[in-house]
Amino acid sequence: MRINVDYDRCTGHGICESLAADLFEVGGDGMVHLLSAGLPEDRRAVVESAVAECPTQALSLDG
Amino acid sequence: MTDTGSGLVVVGASLAGLRAAEGARRAGYQAPITLIGAEPHLPYDRPPLSKDFLTAAGPPTATLLREEAVLRDELALTLRLGTTATALDVAAQIVVTDSGEVSYDRLIVATGAAPRTLPGTDRLSGVHALRTIDDAHAIRAAIDGGARTVVVGAGFIGSEIAASAKKRGSEVTVVEALATPLARAVGEELGLALAALHERHGTRLRVGVGVERLEANGVGAVTGVRLADGSRIDADLVVVGIGVAPATGWLAGSGIELGNGIECDENLATSAPNVWAAGDLVSWPNATTGLRMRLEHWTIAAEQGGAAGRNAADPDAATPFTTVPYFWSDQYDKRIQFVGVAEAADETTTVIGDLDSDSFLVLYRRGDRLIGALGLEQRGTVMKFRHLLAANAGWDEAMSFAKERAAAAAAKAAAAR
Repeated sequence: MRINVDYDRCTGHGICESLAADLFEVGGDGMVHLLSAGLPEDRRAVVESAVAECPTQALSLDG
Repeated sequence: MTDTGSGLVVVGASLAGLRAAEGARRAGYQAPITLIGAEPHLPYDRPPLSKDFLTAAGPPTATLLREEAVLRDELALTLRLGTTATALDVAAQIVVTDSGEVSYDRLIVATGAAPRTLPGTDRLSGVHALRTIDDAHAIRAAIDGGARTVVVGAGFIGSEIAASAKKRGSEVTVVEALATPLARAVGEELGLALAALHERHGTRLRVGVGVERLEANGVGAVTGVRLADGSRIDADLVVVGIGVAPATGWLAGSGIELGNGIECDENLATSAPNVWAAGDLVSWPNATTGLRMRLEHWTIAAEQGGAAGRNAADPDAATPFTTVPYFWSDQYDKRIQFVGVAEAADETTTVIGDLDSDSFLVLYRRGDRLIGALGLEQRGTVMKFRHLLAANAGWDEAMSFAKERAAAAAAKAAAAR
């Protein structure tokens, strides 16, 4: 499972961070950064929520 | 519940309605789902309409919430677009529309809200609210035609439209009847601080003066705005942003309990059997804040839609919908973000930046608890307070966390010099 961030779309709302602060963090540059290279499969549900709730459709999930 | 095969019907094909259909499918709902929408368009995202849609250099396009193939194939939705629901029979479980009746086993009401208008202005040309993509096209065309623009209402949408019109080269004045814009959303002091964005970026702002009437020429085109103090502002375009009202007119007489919108329980169920609701028209008890709330935020519509869809798909496993409210506004290339609630705050404290600048963070206290956080250009910080709010954090904890953030930001800035 891999998360993709479309940086043309991300504007740093941080809804993803508010759902999973161990996986996502909006930095001082106003963009989200992925904090973990590999994604534990048991976090799939919350990652799917982060993808669905992104206001700018900037997140997608592979695998 | 007796399922007849009619399946789930969702009335309202915007964000909340679409998310309701998605939520039901994700929860394993297999029966037919019909999505009824009054506009002829595929579900699209509304926030860009007052921002990028108005300022885009090239021809503006709608931001679709999902591609049509996803709606029809992956979600297996029956789309009834350009169809307006006109009445509801909760005993027979029928939605009456302007093009026939639609039976349901389960129903989600997500018809949103409609802009309030200025009395007596329906027939004037050059006067618009902004809710739909058709409204946005009309406003953009008027701005491009060189219109002198008056925005009535200094709320978030009016302010965004003013900022966009200004960016596109229009001469803009914002008129607000209240002495303090945005007081209900962010409190009086911060309402003034945010309203100051207009003047810092060259937009005139008149507060504490109401609109007496709109003036028009012989062919019914608006020419100016007459204010209550007798003054007049020339205008070729008047955009009215004085709030919205829940679109519940079609539910009158249905027996569904209405009040401030639709009165729902904690699971977003209405007072009628097998009927749930989501979005701008929902009033529900939010356990996270301890308040019965009706909010017109994008995030609430999205989250409630998903929750109502899940609960409708599996009512026996229904769970309460709770959230820390979040909204944002983009004006003059600055982002305003708010988490929590501002109502009944005992104190607000600026913890980063200054209120007279374009970058600050303010915390809201009630009793010994943190209840809200407001950031202007604080994208890396605001959401960290959503965690604290969800955990019902104490004020002292929030303040020490804020001081750590401020110190870290200062150290980083010093290192960069």
